[in-house]
Amino acid sequence: MSWTETAATAWHAIRAHTMRSLLTVLGILIGIAAVILTVGLGLGTQKDVSEDISALGSNLLIVTPGSSTDSSGIRGGFGSASTLTVADAEALASQVAVPDVAAVTAEKESSQSLEAGDANWTTTVAGVTGDWLEVRSRELASGEFVDPASTDEVVLGPETATELFGRADVVGRTVSIAGTTFDVVGVLEAAGSSASTNLDDTAVVSLTAMTSAVTGGTDTSVSTIYLKATDTDAISAAYQEAQSLLLALHGASSADAADFTIDSQDSLVSTATSVYRTLTVLLAGVAGLSLLVGGIGVMNIMLVSVTERTREIGLRKALGAPPGAIRRQFLTVASILGVTGGLVGALLGVVAALTLPAALGSSVVVSPLAVGGSIAVALAIGLLFGVYPAVRAARLAPIDALRSE
Amino acid sequence: MTASATAVGHADPATAAGADRPVIDLRDARKTYRTGDLEFEALRGVDLRIERGEYVAIVGPSGSGKSTLMNVLGCLDTLTSGTYRLAGDDVADMDETDLASVRNEQIGFVFQQFNLLPSLSALHNVELPLVYRGVAPAERRDRAAQALARVGLADRTANRPGQLSGGQQQRVAVARALVGEPALVLADEPTGNLDSRSTADVLDLLDALHAQGRTIVLITHEHEVAQRSRRVVRVLDGLVTSDEQVVAA
Repeated sequence: MSWTETAATAWHAIRAHTMRSLLTVLGILIGIAAVILTVGLGLGTQKDVSEDISALGSNLLIVTPGSSTDSSGIRGGFGSASTLTVADAEALASQVAVPDVAAVTAEKESSQSLEAGDANWTTTVAGVTGDWLEVRSRELASGEFVDPASTDEVVLGPETATELFGRADVVGRTVSIAGTTFDVVGVLEAAGSSASTNLDDTAVVSLTAMTSAVTGGTDTSVSTIYLKATDTDAISAAYQEAQSLLLALHGASSADAADFTIDSQDSLVSTATSVYRTLTVLLAGVAGLSLLVGGIGVMNIMLVSVTERTREIGLRKALGAPPGAIRRQFLTVASILGVTGGLVGALLGVVAALTLPAALGSSVVVSPLAVGGSIAVALAIGLLFGVYPAVRAARLAPIDALRSE
Repeated sequence: MTASATAVGHADPATAAGADRPVIDLRDARKTYRTGDLEFEALRGVDLRIERGEYVAIVGPSGSGKSTLMNVLGCLDTLTSGTYRLAGDDVADMDETDLASVRNEQIGFVFQQFNLLPSLSALHNVELPLVYRGVAPAERRDRAAQALARVGLADRTANRPGQLSGGQQQRVAVARALVGEPALVLADEPTGNLDSRSTADVLDLLDALHAQGRTIVLITHEHEVAQRSRRVVRVLDGLVTSDEQVVAA
């Protein structure tokens, strides 16, 4: 019996029980679509996060207040008790103490409402020092950057400018932040946005302006200090230098007693991606379980079909069907169910992956490998769970099969 | 033995090579069924030889062992002890795949329940033995159509079994039994489910097949049916009790 005929016979058997076959296919389909989608979502989130972190700048070290160590848990609230000050940033700018750091900027962030005429818009206002543009890898679209000593100059992100004025070219206009009027001296070049941060919706003022006019008081603490290493190879040297300088300044004897944390961009990326990778594996595992259940569904339906068709099997054997032909007949049915579920499931998964990001605001990465792989897995599941029923059918003694009612 | 072989030799040139050997050669055939602790001897030492071209009826009451005998002759069941040579080949030496090809090439079955596949047309049902023999589709269709024409159903090839009367279904089954040109046609109570007119049709068909030189073994418990054959073998309690030629009326 040729393969085309075996396939035709199998197709005939599937068509004879359309509803049952559709439900069996549905089991596989859901499993495959779930695997493709969860893996895609996991990889997409991983990609989003690493892009977010890379968008901060290049060759960056990020110093934040507070620390968490293995021995003592969390020391100092993360950003609550600000242990980093302007003085720390100024010390880190010293070429003598930290030769491998090329540029430094400190940031103090606060969410504020900006007003321009009738329009108002709430965004993150950052008071910054030093080489902010260079360290954060940003450029100006127009105008110039704020003077570090000024108390009434602001640079707007392009999106903030558009929200307030309806256009991006707004150098020379004024905005009011926390009751103080600021001149717009420049507008940033667009840097794009991602799921968690919008780099184009921001307002940058000098740290002086931030403390005097926006947050008020004489608080000299900053929320983050960014260090840019001279080049990629110098990152670990810069890390060591910055750490020992800050430990000395803060009077801490060892790294365990530090009240700050230094992260490199790489370590942030790898921590974040490893977290999301674990999550992806977990989700894919759950989706994989549903695929397993789908496979058991195939086996169940094949066993029912063998029992139902015992008499037919007996007759075919009496007419000269060798065990191999009977086995192939049932295996082919199982593979068709599996592959159909795989193809439709993959299609559904891809369609969902293309439509979901718009609804969820998070990327979904669908690799051809995942799609091809899951179709292959569906076929394998069909075959695997079809083997036992098929072997059972092939082993039926023709006489017992013919006698059955 | 020689006489009967030569008598049909001209009618079946395709199998001339094995013409000098009996189609069925059963020696001291025993079959014991076991169900838990219970043992039941269905065959208790049967010797039976059937030559090429014979038309033999095996008769006996139910429980006599004639169905077991039929299953053994059709290679659907194996013996507990004894030997069975089909067209000279010892069946005990064969595995399931060999047996499948023996059933396919040497034997044509006609069952009491017709055993047609309900989802296939008459033509496809008749084609089945050729499918498993690996005959090309076009040739298969031609031969199946010819076989259906021989049983008088040339105009019913596209009908499914459900659209045919019992007599017509059994004629489709006969067409299926002869489409592969087997050495032996085994008919197990072929008229058991038929009315008298259809019974006559099917028996006429078997007569015609016999006239063409085919070997026919018919299992029945009906006296009138048995009388249509040329030799009646009576089975009782797993043994052959009589074996006599029928005197043509």
